[in-house]
Amino acid sequence: MLTLPAPDAAILARRSEIASALATIVPDGVIADDRALVAYESDGLTAYRQAPMIVVLPRSTEEVSRVLAYCTREQVRLVPRGAGTSLSGGALGLADAVTIGLARMNRILEIDLDNRCVVAQPGVTNLAISHAVRGSGFYYAPDPSSQIACTIGGNVAENSGGVHCLKYGLTANNLLGIELVLPGGEIIRLGGKHLDAEGYDLLGLVTGSEGMLGIVTEVTVRVLKAPTAARALLMGFASSEAAGAAVGAVIGAGIIPAGMEMMDGKAIAAAEAFVSAGYPSDAEALLIVELDGPPEEVDELSSRVAEIARQVGATSVKASRDDAERARFWAGRKAAFPAAGRLAPDYYCMDGTIPRHRLPLVLARIRELSAHYRLEVANVFHAGDGNLHPLILYDANAPGELVRAEEFGADILRLCVEVGGCLTGEHGVGVEKRDLMPVMFNATDLAVQQRLKCAFDPDGRMNPGKVFPTLHRCAEEGRVHVHHGQTRRPDLPRF
Amino acid sequence: MLPTRPRDADELAAIIAEAARVGTTLEIIGGGSKRALGRPVKASRVLDLSALAGITLYEPEELVLRAQAGTTRAAIEQTLSAHGQMLAFEPPDLGPLFGHSPGLDTIGGIVAANLSGPRRMKAGAARDHILGIAAVNGLGERFKSGGRVMKNVTGYDLSKLLTGSFGTLAAIAELTLKVLPSPETVTTLVLHGLGDPQATTAMTAALRSSHEVSGAAHLPTRASSRAALGTNSATILRLEGFARSVKARAEALAAELAGFGAAESVSDGASRVLWRQVRDMASLIDKDSPLWRVSTAPTCGHRLAAAVGPDDVFYDWGGGLVWLALGGREADAGAARLRAALAPLGGHATLIRAPAEMRARVPVFEPQPLALAALSARVKRSFDPKNVLNPRRIYAET
Ligand SMILES: Cc1cc2nc3c(=O)[nH]c(=O)nc-3n(C[C@H](O)[C@H](O)[C@H](O)COP(=O)(O)OP(=O)(O)OC[C@H]3O[C@@H](n4cnc5c(N)ncnc54)[C@H](O)[C@@H]3O)c2cc1C
Repeated sequence: MLTLPAPDAAILARRSEIASALATIVPDGVIADDRALVAYESDGLTAYRQAPMIVVLPRSTEEVSRVLAYCTREQVRLVPRGAGTSLSGGALGLADAVTIGLARMNRILEIDLDNRCVVAQPGVTNLAISHAVRGSGFYYAPDPSSQIACTIGGNVAENSGGVHCLKYGLTANNLLGIELVLPGGEIIRLGGKHLDAEGYDLLGLVTGSEGMLGIVTEVTVRVLKAPTAARALLMGFASSEAAGAAVGAVIGAGIIPAGMEMMDGKAIAAAEAFVSAGYPSDAEALLIVELDGPPEEVDELSSRVAEIARQVGATSVKASRDDAERARFWAGRKAAFPAAGRLAPDYYCMDGTIPRHRLPLVLARIRELSAHYRLEVANVFHAGDGNLHPLILYDANAPGELVRAEEFGADILRLCVEVGGCLTGEHGVGVEKRDLMPVMFNATDLAVQQRLKCAFDPDGRMNPGKVFPTLHRCAEEGRVHVHHGQTRRPDLPRF
Repeated sequence: MLPTRPRDADELAAIIAEAARVGTTLEIIGGGSKRALGRPVKASRVLDLSALAGITLYEPEELVLRAQAGTTRAAIEQTLSAHGQMLAFEPPDLGPLFGHSPGLDTIGGIVAANLSGPRRMKAGAARDHILGIAAVNGLGERFKSGGRVMKNVTGYDLSKLLTGSFGTLAAIAELTLKVLPSPETVTTLVLHGLGDPQATTAMTAALRSSHEVSGAAHLPTRASSRAALGTNSATILRLEGFARSVKARAEALAAELAGFGAAESVSDGASRVLWRQVRDMASLIDKDSPLWRVSTAPTCGHRLAAAVGPDDVFYDWGGGLVWLALGGREADAGAARLRAALAPLGGHATLIRAPAEMRARVPVFEPQPLALAALSARVKRSFDPKNVLNPRRIYAET
């Protein structure tokens, strides 16, 4: 079971004093009432709950900076939070920490289409950015399924992706600049409307750093002109192997579709029962390939892709005739999570990435694990970039099932690493995969990362207990000794 | 002193560990083509990575290539082109700019300098194409980050951090790159005779369109004639992709830009030559003055140039990348007035080519505000506490 850093009794004892001090910085923005704090006790990974000591909801960069400076002075821990949709427990509270919620900083500050960018506060939702520029035919490309709710600040912290990132990239590839408040309260700017700020790529480093290096208080993102045409192809296959072969063949032919999503038989059946998307009911695997661009390109590529699919044995190929039909094809995929929610009381969503050609092996092993753990699993897959989302179905009220689901999930992630992939493609490590980090990284790899954290957060107060399996004290010069693959700090807590 | 030339990553680690132990310093080189870029490095020894060469994994259908850091660009491009693929970030070869022959550069050097060409606007920079990295820090410790898959948020993205760090944090031993299919067809539209502001307006219109322009450069008269595009200025817009698509987009774009004059179109072969010139830039700009590279918001580039009055100039990235020959007769190569003019617009100015004596005196890279400079120094210390690797190559303080 999950362990979090032990709360500091001295801090807990000062709760009301700390709350009043924060209220002088952020009037009307401090929550310290136990009943109200319940709303902040978990994020999208609902299996874990821990209410924070206090929540503070600043409205400006200056307030964020003053809150951080205060917390540094008083040695109070902090947990940043956007919309709380993290699927890895990144925004999970700590009993002795202040959760700093950015949701009130929700203004779009500037739309500059001549430079193809939007400047926004961190609490703006992902979708609100696209909406702000939609009238001019632009959009923000990374499109996580949670886009109506999740914040752009959270997207930066998790380097979130969506179904279109094969062609258009993840958050990191669409982010031009940020304003960042360091744990001590200093405000720095990284990047801006110009490309490739020189010096160390701290912008790239902060992206995906899960709220452990500072608070993002402003973002500048690139927006794109929407393509003039788009078409989705819906293709059924007799096996996941055949569908996987089709994906490889499409890319091998030099085609990078806007999106390429795969679902297995179980996921197809669930989605079909949920939204009647018109998926072929006899298929063991389904591929949705979206092509976008000028109509000429969409026409040509959809016939090339259909041809390739038939050659590798597609049992059905259907092209969307209009946007309504295209939306219908996608509806099933987009509803895959809630649809899985109908198959069982609970589901647990995994997020490993694998080299694509290992898919047949990985799916076969997942089937074996499913039998072993006596839990069903439905697979949805960002097939183009090898990001696998097995949904493990379980019942949290059935004794032992949650633990089995977690063990099953951990085995899947170990398998992903074993075949050359990684623990998480887009959901982050958080608390969920924290203890699996050594599967991917040796002690030196982890020490190098933790020393880097010390460069930002020498007291280890930003989101402690996340990502790294051990807490880490920053030594002089930010050094940790690694000796024979062991860190020489047996005194430090291991979770 | 003879350079030390490790044959594998273990030797590399041993050399750096030894340097850290005895307190010597190392200048890291790959092909040596960019040694004159950055502040001059004064180190006890040269650490030559050219023997760490070879492509160790290439799976075209997975869009992934792994190579040791000393692998030459030529070797990588040859392997990729045999499979119709490319490095989409189009790295410039700066060798000729510094008086070397082309093709010397290694992938490690390209990545350490985060070099990206005209396609940067659309396809991303070098840093956007690094999937994983294996490196040795200033203590001689081998570490890795990332991996070989397209999506990976497991731990901090050290691959991006090392990209553009000019070897000051770690010596890169091996890199895994995302590669992409090369375009089937390339075409270029040329608008003749536009002034810099008007050209920027035209490029902005092109980049605001849905036609997926993959290169937008403006060559004022001198650069234009060096590129053999005539005696007037040339504003060039590149379209790439599948033949039918390129044709359709080129026609539509030319029609949309009709107000800027009739667009001439350049054939596939000539387009490839032209964009290579823009990418490598040495043949397009004055050779005598110090050379500056400025990155700013695309609509601001021409305003910056107008404010400083360079000896020679041309623009890439839709106006956001400005190459300026400036300050030939000024003691600071025009640094102070260039940076003062840039400050209100936002961006950074890098002194790309100047005599070593000048690069030791004039900040080559944009000076950083205090809090950021202090943070950068702490980041450097976290990788290289003894200051072994490329000391002071980026900033005088680190
Ligand atoms: C139904 C559902 C579908 C999803 N689909 C996708 C998907 O398709 N692709 C995908 O990538 N993810 C997906 N997610 C995961 C989640 O939505 C993303 O990780 C999202 O980016 C989190 O944003 P948030 O605002 O909710 O952040 P939170 O959950 O509040 O926080 C996430 C992390 O970011 C940190 N953080 C938040 N704001 C800041 C800030 N301003 N500065 C510094 N750190 C900060 C937090 O400390 C935490 O570590 C999905 C989640 C759900 C519930």
